[in-house]
Amino acid sequence: MTQATVVKPVEETPQTSKLCIILSKGTLDMAYPAFMLANAAAAMGYEVHIFFTFWGMSVIDKRKIDNLKVSSVGNPALPMPNLLGALPGMTAMVTRMLKNKMAKQRVPTIRELIKTAKEAGVKLHACSTTMDVMGLKKEDFIPEVDDIVGAASFIQMSEGGQVIFI
Amino acid sequence: MSQSVRKVIDSRGSFCPGPLTDLFKAYREAKNGDILELLATDPAAKSDVQAWARKTGNVIEQIVEEQGYIRIVVRVTAKGG
Repeated sequence: MTQATVVKPVEETPQTSKLCIILSKGTLDMAYPAFMLANAAAAMGYEVHIFFTFWGMSVIDKRKIDNLKVSSVGNPALPMPNLLGALPGMTAMVTRMLKNKMAKQRVPTIRELIKTAKEAGVKLHACSTTMDVMGLKKEDFIPEVDDIVGAASFIQMSEGGQVIFI
Repeated sequence: MSQSVRKVIDSRGSFCPGPLTDLFKAYREAKNGDILELLATDPAAKSDVQAWARKTGNVIEQIVEEQGYIRIVVRVTAKGG
């Protein structure tokens, strides 16, 4: 008769958890939550990955990162009549207002958040298909981007972790 | 063995996740036994640091509500090696 194997109890030490964020939007109000969550999770010892796809690519595009905007169209949460949002110059105005307010409150810029994230070990991945579709090359990205991956790599990477789609 | 140190991290005026990232920056340099004292005005700092401590296995020694800010005293206990 074989003896039953004794299953060792799970170690009490805190284990590494994982957070994977898919950032598919290229506006300021989408980029901020992604990096704030990433930084908080990294500080808590999580392994963190951000997968940039579609318009999210703007956030790692070195020609666009400093000019991310807030859309004034289709954004009823703004303190103005929705219809006015479509007028020329409104997006720029709304973006300027938000940026001024954030600067006054000492909210870090997206670049600063990326710097903090990288120091904490957050990994940034660019979606290969989007690069093809948008005609982007690796040289177009900020140097903080770790690699270019495909969907399958991301699925495998995120296995067992929390996934947030933005 | 080097002496354990006490370090004050002033995150007053900084918003979520600022206090936590500031604490983490100090934590990376810290060793077991060190005391990190975080000052914050962000209303989420208390619950965030509590969640952080639970997750990382460090100890919150004290949380003091000061005039207009909060003082969170953390003892570093979960550093590896």
